[in-house]
Amino acid sequence: MASVSMTINGKAVRANVEPRTLLVEFLREHQRLTGTHVGCDTSQCGACTIHMDGKGVKSCTVLALQCEGAQITTIEGLANGEELHPMQAAFRENHGLQCGYCTPGMIMAAIDIVKRKGHDLDEHVIREELEGNICRCTGYHNIVKSIAAGAKAMRGHAGLQQAAE
Amino acid sequence: MYAFEYVRANSVRGAVSALAKHEDGKILAGGHTLLPTMKQRLASPSALVDLGAIKDLAGIEQRGRSLIIGAMTTHAAVAASDVVKASIPSLAEMAHMIGDPAVRNRGTIGGSIANNDPAADYPAACLALNATIVTNQRKIPASDFFKGLYETALEPGEIIVRVAFKPPSRAAYMKFRNPASRFALVGVFVAKKGSDIRVAVTGAGNQGVFRWRAAEEALAKRFNPKSLDGLKADAGMMNADIHASPDYRAHLVAVMTQRAVAKALGK
Amino acid sequence: MTSTGIGAAVRRKEDHRFITGKGRYTDDINRPGQAHAYFLRSPHAHAKIKSLDVQGAKTKPGVLAILTGDDIATDKVGGLICGWMIHSKDGSPMKAGPHPALAQGKVRYVGDHVAVVIAETVGEAKDAAEAIKIEYEVLPAEVETASAQRQGAAVIHDVAPDNTVYRWHLGDKAKTDAAFAAAKHVTKIDLTNNRLAPNPMEPRAAIGEYDSGDGVFTLYTTSQNPHVARLVLSAFIGIAPEHKLRVVAPDVGGGFGSKIFIYAEETVCVWAAKKVGRPVKWTSDRTEAFLSDAHGRDHVTHAELATDENGKITALRARTIANLGGYLSTFSSSVPTYLYAPLLSGQYDIANIYCEVDGVYTNTTPVDAYRGAGRPEATFVVERLVEAAARELGQDPAKFRRKNYIKSFPHQTPVIMTYDAGDYAASLAKAMEIADYANIGKRKRESAKNGKLRGIGISSYIEACGIAPSQAVGSLGAGVGLWESAEVRVNPVGTVEVLTGSHSHGQGHETTFAQLVSERLGVPFENVAIIHGDTDKVQFGMGTYGSRSGAVGMSAIYKALDKVIEKGKKVAAYVLEASAGDIEFKDGKFTVKGTDKAADFGAIALQAYIAHKFSGQELEPGLKEGAFYDPTNFTFPAGVHICEVEVDPGTGSTRIERWTAVDDFGVVINPMIVEGQVHGGIAQGVGQALLEGVRYNADGQLVTASYMDYAMPRADDLPSFHVGMTVTPCPSNPLGVKGCGEAGAIAAPAAVINAITDAVGHEHVAMPATAETVWKACQRASQKLAAE
Repeated sequence: MASVSMTINGKAVRANVEPRTLLVEFLREHQRLTGTHVGCDTSQCGACTIHMDGKGVKSCTVLALQCEGAQITTIEGLANGEELHPMQAAFRENHGLQCGYCTPGMIMAAIDIVKRKGHDLDEHVIREELEGNICRCTGYHNIVKSIAAGAKAMRGHAGLQQAAE
Repeated sequence: MYAFEYVRANSVRGAVSALAKHEDGKILAGGHTLLPTMKQRLASPSALVDLGAIKDLAGIEQRGRSLIIGAMTTHAAVAASDVVKASIPSLAEMAHMIGDPAVRNRGTIGGSIANNDPAADYPAACLALNATIVTNQRKIPASDFFKGLYETALEPGEIIVRVAFKPPSRAAYMKFRNPASRFALVGVFVAKKGSDIRVAVTGAGNQGVFRWRAAEEALAKRFNPKSLDGLKADAGMMNADIHASPDYRAHLVAVMTQRAVAKALGK
Repeated sequence: MTSTGIGAAVRRKEDHRFITGKGRYTDDINRPGQAHAYFLRSPHAHAKIKSLDVQGAKTKPGVLAILTGDDIATDKVGGLICGWMIHSKDGSPMKAGPHPALAQGKVRYVGDHVAVVIAETVGEAKDAAEAIKIEYEVLPAEVETASAQRQGAAVIHDVAPDNTVYRWHLGDKAKTDAAFAAAKHVTKIDLTNNRLAPNPMEPRAAIGEYDSGDGVFTLYTTSQNPHVARLVLSAFIGIAPEHKLRVVAPDVGGGFGSKIFIYAEETVCVWAAKKVGRPVKWTSDRTEAFLSDAHGRDHVTHAELATDENGKITALRARTIANLGGYLSTFSSSVPTYLYAPLLSGQYDIANIYCEVDGVYTNTTPVDAYRGAGRPEATFVVERLVEAAARELGQDPAKFRRKNYIKSFPHQTPVIMTYDAGDYAASLAKAMEIADYANIGKRKRESAKNGKLRGIGISSYIEACGIAPSQAVGSLGAGVGLWESAEVRVNPVGTVEVLTGSHSHGQGHETTFAQLVSERLGVPFENVAIIHGDTDKVQFGMGTYGSRSGAVGMSAIYKALDKVIEKGKKVAAYVLEASAGDIEFKDGKFTVKGTDKAADFGAIALQAYIAHKFSGQELEPGLKEGAFYDPTNFTFPAGVHICEVEVDPGTGSTRIERWTAVDDFGVVINPMIVEGQVHGGIAQGVGQALLEGVRYNADGQLVTASYMDYAMPRADDLPSFHVGMTVTPCPSNPLGVKGCGEAGAIAAPAAVINAITDAVGHEHVAMPATAETVWKACQRASQKLAAE
């Protein structure tokens, strides 16, 4: 067992874990943050996407121990109390989800896209940037719409950067 | 995953001594090949020596005529770097084509090169751009570094520290993706530096990354896509799997090379 | 139409929990004291188990138990079943080999279940599994669909020495052959419908639990139909009687058919929970999902179409070999028979149809229903044939289709079905307009200028949904009835809970079903809760598959609501002091005909419960009604999809430039959700056509066992879709709905392949039309041109 400390959704966390514990296992099984999902074994589906120090990362391909001192944000950390993050709201408004399983990873990846590519995202850019997130339900049509709308809504959203990190 | 010991190295020297202590220890860079392999129980290192905390292993700088990229620099950092874009724009473009955004946020140049996956992109860039791979022990020209499938010139205890690139006058990378893995089914990096023309091919060869000499010779006469008309790559050298036959890969090598040359010429 | 009633694009109730990470999927559930199961699977496609020694492995750290096929036999745990009896042409019943939950003496595909290790952690269970000593005698493997029946093939089940499960047929052979003999022109085509892995993003999972106090088992599982799971686990597998077994299917992350079936893993988890005295949890990883989730499709077909001198289709015949895998999965036998051949008339008036289907065993993962189930295979046959025929006859494919469409309803096909309503020409016209079909020539020339090949492809599909009239399917061999149940509980304050036997795993039932209730009872949408997925709450249900939840599930709710309204009228009669016959109910109000006396729904609900205004002897208190709805016919959604592609002849890669879908789903409850279903279906159909394909090597090793090798459609593989609708209400259910869940997956493959073959000028492009496949077709086309 080895000790690790990190900040998850603004809360300091310290724990002893087996070295082979993946970040996603740490989140789901130790922290009971089950919003982050596992959909593949090969780092491709993106259902486990979280933010590590503000960047989109696949938590199935990071050891918990690699997160020493890191700031982790999961889907559970996005909303400000009852107030949804604009990207969450956009997914709902644009029917960007069906079964909901890929959705947390999609939303986390979407926010990462906005951070890198700005608020005016055309369809082509969104589709390319979604390469690492697989959805089996929506055919992506409404996910693309959701992200374009969510990106616009994120403009000037006060305190967002903090909420997302 | 099998159980292993985890060591967080604070210096390259510390990493080397940790490796020396663990017979089957492995370096953990970005982890984006190693961890999935371990999850499937296809690798069982006794220890992982994490380089993530060694700050001076990451970074990009233009030093004289050389572009220097630290081994722990992520693909995302290379893709977004103004220094890289100014020095070797094709290298930034290539880095942007690796994996997906989240993978690029973790995967590193050092990890990619040390792994030498036959379908990875960086080996083609290194070979075409005549890069120098700098380790804790020596400098290795790319032409001596890649030794076939997943094999490199690295000795036990040897760690890549940085990679040095000399900017070419013209270069471009064209990648035809495997529709499943999104690795290169065929990737061709073409670089021209004076009369030195290099065509490096990844994804296609049954012995990993290689230089397509016949194309280089044809392009030496005239650096133009037309110079390659009718030139065929040797299907006997090509990889065969469910994703593409050797004939098709050989065909794609020629097409991608022509397109890379055209792109390098701004066409 | 109100803002939350039928026809409104209401935003989904269920979304809040999903977008905030509060969804509750099976793997999110952890039971106190739970242990973890890991299945040791066969590494061989076909082998005898010569010896199996688990003693050493049992001593590994954390191990609680290791169970094998011997334990299954000792405990008399029944085998997994196939619930649809198919009879061969000669009248003999299908040859169903035994299907034990853990292998007994023999393994029949890579991934077959050999033993289960139950340990404190998954890691410890895997470690111990590696210590199990097992000796196999490897047998030759049969992998290919087309050759499984050949002389000298390895015998997979003793009961079927020629690896043939059944030799089935439908239609009039003699009449059809005569029509072919008289035909002016015959179009022939050979097709492979590629094997697919369903790949819901949530892998399967199960937690079995046993309460020794009262002898009750609980199974949490990723199921599309928890009641059917309970029925099978109790009545056939014999783990516990139904009243001692609770099955809960909480949030389920997509199913697409693969979560209909009752698998070995959940069976073992329930059984093992009692043996080890601890809850037992199993969660599939993606590679296990590729190995063990039932696959879809996998047909090899030769088909012919006869036309007369006027270009009128006179007959169709098809011979199909359907790969059913190493065992018969729960509904596998029905998919290439009754869900396939009855759809071979497509949207066309064809007087003579005959189809033969051989179901075969191979040493591969079992094959069962996957989104569309039989109907995509039928549509692919019909629409490839029709397209090829039009081209051979030199006719515009759209005109050829229009000429041959069925134009009056009801229409009896020669293959069982009575189509009840439709307007196929209307869908075609609308689709052609949206797709700008008229100007395709111009766009082709523009592509040609850039060195690209452009093509357009139509798919006029039909499906039979809303399965199904119980008597009818019973006569065709189904082991169950296919009705649906509903219970509407009105609370004293007028809020409403609906318990439904349908199960939502992405379809948005919590929203659409609430829209129906809101519309009919006039109660606010927010005041309606939809409850599903728990056999302790819902009395019974047949579950969600075959696009049946709208047509069958909602019709049951509709019927229960009728009863609620009738009861409400009786209560209102007392309250409003009028005769029950004079009470009317509209917009949430009970009124007395011809007066201004009124009471709203909530007030009457309260009166029903306080029961002060009537005597309990005259009228029972309370307001709760249930209904079972058995459909009178299938429903027949139909439509036209048009795909436009651009092919790069240098690499063979295909880009979809434009997608038009015009579907007739009858009455639409929530257009936002319906369009979403269409989008997802198209993506899966495009996946089949361009990207996806399960591949085995000659030894039966699964080569596509992860996303590294199985190409899933990603966002950049697809365009945005142009979706339109036409409406002919379905006459056979009270809502007029038809079903929309599978349409895209049914329509899309033929549209894509018709477009590519149009682009490259060569008819033979197999699915998946990978870049190499298309490049080779381009090469063949140019060689053919050069030869001419």
